[in-house]
Amino acid sequence: MIRVLTNFIKRIFLQIFREKKKVKLGFYGPPNGGKTTLSNKICKDWLGEEVGTASKIPHETREVQLKESVVIKHKGRELEFTIVDTPGIATKIDYEDFMKYKMTETAAKKRAKEATRGVIEAIKWLDDMDCVVVVLDSTQNPYTQVNVTIIGNLAARSIPVLIAANKVDLKKANIKKVESAFPQYDVVGISALKGDNIEEFYESLFRVIKKR
Amino acid sequence: MLTLQFVPYGDIENLSSAERINKLLRVVKEEKIVLMQGRLRPDEETGLIEKTMQQIGRKFKGIEICTIYPEENNAALFGRLKKEFVKLLIGNREGITIIGPASIVKEIRRDPDKIQLFTNVPTRRGSRRKRK
Repeated sequence: MIRVLTNFIKRIFLQIFREKKKVKLGFYGPPNGGKTTLSNKICKDWLGEEVGTASKIPHETREVQLKESVVIKHKGRELEFTIVDTPGIATKIDYEDFMKYKMTETAAKKRAKEATRGVIEAIKWLDDMDCVVVVLDSTQNPYTQVNVTIIGNLAARSIPVLIAANKVDLKKANIKKVESAFPQYDVVGISALKGDNIEEFYESLFRVIKKR
Repeated sequence: MLTLQFVPYGDIENLSSAERINKLLRVVKEEKIVLMQGRLRPDEETGLIEKTMQQIGRKFKGIEICTIYPEENNAALFGRLKKEFVKLLIGNREGITIIGPASIVKEIRRDPDKIQLFTNVPTRRGSRRKRK
């Protein structure tokens, strides 16, 4: 009886004082920024399997997708992550936009309905994150209210943020613009698709997590 | 014809977050563009997005939103503290928030020093064109 009690107390103490090694890492951003492509790249690198399917059609990810026990090693440090790939956050969804991708009206309406639910789900998950990578398309204007709202909410919750300026392999990419839009945050330029600069991404990620 | 409705801070000052969001969305769904004095809190902004998503349907396609807010990062510490104190006393009246229905406002493009509002205005032939 005494041994059971001692073990119980020991376990509680260990849980309280042990450094939290498991990190719930969320991927947030507007649709088509490359959240799933980046999540896939990380999971493929360290787990050998992907999180979900990426597509050129917006709102391909319409449900939060998880991949647990992704262990990333970097310069002698090791952290265990739960990768949380979230649907893109938008303020408007029009099924007619999906029909431009040769989708039938029924399929487009279904996708729009699911996408609206996905946005709500992504917002609800914000509170659960230990750290968030905001994935932005560096060929697009970063001064959008969706970006400001996501980052503002993370700041209000004191959740560490790393901004991944994705698609740097494209000619129109402008990392400087992303940096000047969010000067108080770490910004790293990457190409999730081609794996460009991914080492610098891991370096920045470990640095941001260390700050928390 | 475009209708702009000004919402002074005094009109929303004593409302709860849910009431503020409902009031703003009600005006937007009447196909008006809201010019609100001040800005919503971050959690109210996500609340507005959630509520918008719940209401998207055949007619209502969502919103376009933009907040213009004076940059405070470079201000002196005393100045920032003074502003925070005033905000505590009378609320955050600084800046302006523009919210429009997505059926009318195609895009609000914000660069650091200018704002461009692109609208979907139906032409005589019934098609839609972009106006700045």
